[in-house]
Amino acid sequence: MSQFVINMLFVGASFALYIGIAIWARAGSTKEFYVAGGGVHPVTNGMATAADWMSAASFISMAGLIAAGGYANSTFLMGWTGGYVLLAMLLAPYLRKFGKFTVPDFIGDRFYSRGARLTAVICLVIISVTYVIGQMAGAGVAFSRFLEVSNSTGIWIAAAVVFAYAVFGGMKGITYTQVAQYVVLIVAYTIPAIFISLQLTGNPIPPLGLFGDHVESGVPLLQKLDEVVRDLGFAAYTADVDNKLNMVLFTMSLMIGTAGLPHVIIRFFTVPKVADARWSAGWTLIFIALLYLTAPAVASMARLNLVTTIYPEGASAPALSYEERPEWVKNWEQTGLIKWEDKNGDGRIQMYNDAAPAFTATAQERGWNGNELTVNNDILVLANPEIANLPAWVVGLIAAGAIAAALSTAAGLLLAISSAISHDLIKTLINPKISEKNEMMAARLSMAAAILLATYLGLNPPGFAAQVVALAFGIAAATLFPVLMMGIFSKRMNDKGAICGMVAGLVITLLYIFTYLGWFFIPETNMLPNTPDQWFMGISPASFGTVGALINFAVAYGVSMVTAAPPQEIQDLVESVRTPKGAGAALSH
Amino acid sequence: MTSEQTNAAAYWKANVRLITWSLAIWALVSYGFAMILRPMVAGISVGGSDLGFWFAQQGSILFFIGLIFHYAWRLNKLDKEYGVEE
Repeated sequence: MSQFVINMLFVGASFALYIGIAIWARAGSTKEFYVAGGGVHPVTNGMATAADWMSAASFISMAGLIAAGGYANSTFLMGWTGGYVLLAMLLAPYLRKFGKFTVPDFIGDRFYSRGARLTAVICLVIISVTYVIGQMAGAGVAFSRFLEVSNSTGIWIAAAVVFAYAVFGGMKGITYTQVAQYVVLIVAYTIPAIFISLQLTGNPIPPLGLFGDHVESGVPLLQKLDEVVRDLGFAAYTADVDNKLNMVLFTMSLMIGTAGLPHVIIRFFTVPKVADARWSAGWTLIFIALLYLTAPAVASMARLNLVTTIYPEGASAPALSYEERPEWVKNWEQTGLIKWEDKNGDGRIQMYNDAAPAFTATAQERGWNGNELTVNNDILVLANPEIANLPAWVVGLIAAGAIAAALSTAAGLLLAISSAISHDLIKTLINPKISEKNEMMAARLSMAAAILLATYLGLNPPGFAAQVVALAFGIAAATLFPVLMMGIFSKRMNDKGAICGMVAGLVITLLYIFTYLGWFFIPETNMLPNTPDQWFMGISPASFGTVGALINFAVAYGVSMVTAAPPQEIQDLVESVRTPKGAGAALSH
Repeated sequence: MTSEQTNAAAYWKANVRLITWSLAIWALVSYGFAMILRPMVAGISVGGSDLGFWFAQQGSILFFIGLIFHYAWRLNKLDKEYGVEE
């Protein structure tokens, strides 16, 4: 059986499973559509939330980022997990107690203001739409490599599958498909990692292999990796970082951004009790950690594998000849994600750090004339089974896993968008008299519209697709997280404080990002070059969400202190969300 | 204040105290050992690297899991002690 047929079988079987679940889990009421009826077991919800959260970025890109950056990019590991501690202690249980359907619901009611609700809807839509672009693009990459269909055919197929279970099943359909998608993606991620860990370190558990000994050389794996990358002029893999301020702020932006992401928060509205929301956050993190503890092992082992493939005899001996390149390099060259250019005309592949001045002399001595191999970070996980010579079915599994990671997150985002539109915009702000049946229809129509928009953006990705992910986290950190937290932890916080805080956080964060990345990301319109020496106090645009959040807190506090305290019934509402007593299932209202 | 209100206030105070301690540990393992304090604990080697690197790529995540489960367990007990459980 050819690799193509095997890939088709794996992806086809996973799609059949998702559609089967869609038929079984159809939503009959708005409560089922928005919060899956409020009866999801905390462990089930933990699994669904893990799939909801782990996107194409976690599955495909993260290990590649860590492989390239080493210790410095540990920020992604800590930032994308630490947010769950904040969610479990500062937001999820209280918002579950509040017991409504959406994030703007809480903001609108707690700050007794249509303006606050509308501001929250706008922030939610910007965050979720920017985020969904990356998912569609990720699904497209997986399709074009593994199923040999064009990128756009792949995106249309992905959109049709999501349509089937998200439009008919709502949160109910999405929850149970996400559980299936979690299983597919975690098995797909772990199996190649176990094989590679066994090959390199003899230890079947990748996180232990990472700190174990390299079988071939007998020295610890990380020490070996430090040596081989330094021999090529790169910084040591485990080298410390100079700009700790930026590292701290970037990690914090990812953490509070994660805690403020609406599609993650609404998953906690589906569990039966407040105490379940607490447990469920813990289960979520366990399921996420299965991938996140493995990712750094995959990163360092794949980097070592790559270097030893190119330099089988070590860095000072001749590099691999292009004619003898392995099959996986040929496969990925066709996608353009690996490129080779013979700069010194010796027919061999030299890969090294040609930007390091200290290494120039050594390179000249060896007759090297610049780095000849560019490898896109994203292929590391996808090519992993081929690099390690694993059987063909593992490659098929990776294809299904990558697509599962992208689709599960896309569906969660689409639900957050459609419920904000049908519930907050249409039902609460425009037509409160709308019937249950019509609200359901509105929810399905806005879901369908959101899928079409996401498909369009996936087919015509804006040139700034990579930068907007930083924007999504920056905005979530600077707007929604502080307002939600103050709404629970400060009884004195009022409508004016919350709105001024959100607007101040949003505007300042956007201004900072646009200053370096261009107005609305239009190239050449940036006012300062996007280089570390130009950043204010060395703070990168992606790290600025933390500063935006601090400004939000400060402005909200200041404004609320000089304006009237919230009315008594709002203070009673805050009292009530603080204790679990009398929560019941999520209300319809 | 009624006795129910004082009880709710005491429960909230206990909750905030628990959160404060939990977040202090959360910050210590990630922003502390894995970042700012890494040079100070660099002498402690862990399998080919140092303690800070281990915290950055493994330890912090394990501590996060422990913190959430500890918090859920403690707070569920507090719910019952103060009689505010569902």
